[in-house]
Formats: sequence, structure tokens, C-alpha cells
Amino acid sequence: MSPAPARKLRVATTSLAGCFGCHMSFLDIDEHLFELVELIEFDRSPLTDIKEVGPCDIGIIEGGVCNAENVHVLREFRRNCKTLIALGACAVNGGLPAQRNHLPLSECLREVYQFRPGIANGQIPNDPELPLPLDKVRPIHEVVRIDYFLPGCPPSGPAIWKFLTDLIAGRTPRLTGGLLHYD
Amino acid sequence: MTKQFLLDGQPVPFEDGQTILEAARIAGHYIPSLCWHKDFAPHGSCKLCIVKAAGRHVSACATPAKEGWEVESNSPEMNGERRGLLQMLFVEGNHFCPSCEKSGNCELQALGYEYEMLTSRFRHFYPDRPVDASHPDVLLDFNRCIFCELCVRASRDVDGKSVFALTGRGIDKHLVVNAESGRLADTDFAKDDLAANICPVGVILHKREGFAVPIGERTYDNATIRSKKLKESSS
Repeated sequence: MSPAPARKLRVATTSLAGCFGCHMSFLDIDEHLFELVELIEFDRSPLTDIKEVGPCDIGIIEGGVCNAENVHVLREFRRNCKTLIALGACAVNGGLPAQRNHLPLSECLREVYQFRPGIANGQIPNDPELPLPLDKVRPIHEVVRIDYFLPGCPPSGPAIWKFLTDLIAGRTPRLTGGLLHYD
Repeated sequence: MTKQFLLDGQPVPFEDGQTILEAARIAGHYIPSLCWHKDFAPHGSCKLCIVKAAGRHVSACATPAKEGWEVESNSPEMNGERRGLLQMLFVEGNHFCPSCEKSGNCELQALGYEYEMLTSRFRHFYPDRPVDASHPDVLLDFNRCIFCELCVRASRDVDGKSVFALTGRGIDKHLVVNAESGRLADTDFAKDDLAANICPVGVILHKREGFAVPIGERTYDNATIRSKKLKESSS
């Protein structure tokens, strides 16, 4: 009797306060994508356009937490994903968006929406549909428990592939041989 | 007969007065460090050289070697301690490698790679530390200061200028410039001073040459800090 076919792992991805650079780098695994789709299927992800995350084996988070919606999405991911991964510098330590952390939030908003050259009668947007910004940008491990971290801005395609193949095969992911970079 | 101690089971010869770290480096062994420099008295602030000697945790840079000691350094326990220390250094300042000119040449970053630090784990302080771009040739970005005092020592003991000092205690500790205005431009600091060329991280940066060597081709981009430092101490 032949063994039952292995169930595909369900993977969700999202970008919070990120630039989608890590998702682009994910696509940089190039032809390995063909191997990957034999092993996984996507749940919520910019690649599927599914809006709500369902029960998943692996959740991959790009970007830090800069507003109330980020917190909500991150908690939804934690609730639904058995294994949650911080992908890239912003998810790991706040990254570029966290460079505003030493400035008062109101000053940032005024600078952008009121005092920027070329803006007349500018107002800080206050539509109730807009998520409220947090006073500081936070890395995701300061909000929920994170199982694995993959730093880099962005992590290289080979680093992401090594990490995912380790994880899918049941090994502890390990970035060796120059794959670990923070820049 | 020369005296010796055991470092991770390997015999290391030493002379009276030598520290564990000095003797180890001379004998071709690597014990990591950030604040230690062979030309200066030990400072013992970064604690990266932590080893277990005779059952106690000590700084290898500041502890004289003793005959017959068994010293544990490159072990999962000691390297775990080092990773924890690195994580604390990272959250204490603003260390954003992607936007740092020193990335690839930075010893703090290289040690992060060496000890496979994947996350800074703790809650980030995000301190407010304005930069000083007043000097024509050198930029000071205090965000990355780890308080190793190498610039303080170099400026005072070698350059004879005493341009830098640490002030404040605990969480308020920070690097200051010895001028009434507090600005580097108002000192006699020069880019050829030893103090301008000794920072292990990205605080003291030479203007107009930040990316002369591209990212990816820098000191620790393709070689470990362990291999680089061993080569340095053998030459």
C-alpha cells in the first residue's frame, strides 16, 4: 500500500509596517517556487489576495507594528498560525519605520500633512476608517510571541529558501555560510 | 618551564601579568571582545570576553592568567551569555544596520553573526541621541555608541587631546564631546587622530567615504570576525 500523500502545509504571509521588499525577496527564490508549491499552499497573502487569515501551519510577517490595524492583523496571525516567523529587519527590530521613534508622533504628522512644501491648508487625516498610528513603531516580538526570526533588509532569496526548507523538513532553521545578514 | 592554563581543554602558555585574553590571542585562540585593544589597559565594559575560569564568570581581558586554571570560553553556555550581552547592546542603542555606513565593517554586527543572534529579543529602548555633523571631516552618530571608551582612551592617551568622555550613569550614560558648545567642530579633533579611526561600531564616521567600499565587499561580509581577528593577532 502506498503511503498517503503528504498534506500540503498552509502558509499565510502579510506585510505590516514594511515595504514589501521582503515579499519581493521571497519571490527571488526563483525556480525554487516550483518546488515550494508542491509542499505548501497559500492562505492569506498578498499573493492570493485572501483578506482574512485562517488556520495555518506557518505565518510569515514582514514589517513592524506602526498602527492599530497592524496589531489586530498580527494577533490574528498568532491566533491562527502554529508557527509564526518574523521576516526582515522591520519585523525583527522595527527597521526604517522605527526611525520616527525619537520624534513625537504629532510632529511627524504635522510635518507630512501640514508643513510639507507645496501643501496648502493641509490637515492631518482623521477619517474613522484609517487605523490610528501608535506613538512608537515596535518590532513584532514586543506584541506577540514569535517562533523564528529571519533578519536582513531584505533577507536574501537563498536565506529565505534555506530557512523554509529547514522548517518544512522539520529541522531547526539555521542560517550558516554567510546567509545571516542584518543589512 | 613556562606556565600554562587550559582554554577549552587546550594548553595556553603565559607569562606572569598576562591576562587570559592576551595569552589566548598570542597563542592563536579567539576570545571575542569589543572594548579591548592590545595597546590600551583593559576596560572590561563590553563583557563579550566573558569566560568561566575556576568555576567563576570573569572578563578574560581583565583577569590575569593563573597556572593550571581550566578556562571555558567557546562553549554553548558562554556563547549563550555572549548572545544575551549582544542582544542587550542592540536594544540599548539604535542599531539599524540597513541604514548604517559601517554595516559590514562593524564589530558589533560581526559578533551578532558569529554568535547567530537572530533577534534582539528584549524590548527596544529607542533612545533619543541626536547626531553631531558639525565637524568638516567626521560625523558623530551617537545612536550606535556602546560605551567601549576606545575613542576616549585613544584621544586622551595617544592623541593627547581628550576630545571624548562618557558622562551620566546607568540608562543615562552617554558619550560627550569636550567643548563648551558640545560640538565636535569646536575641538581640535582631526580625521587622522587615532580616536577617529578606532570606533568598533558606527559612531565616528569619516565623511565622503561611507560607501567607497560597497556593501557586500566589506571586512565581515564574507569572513567571520573570528577568522579576521585570528589573522590580525598572528601577524
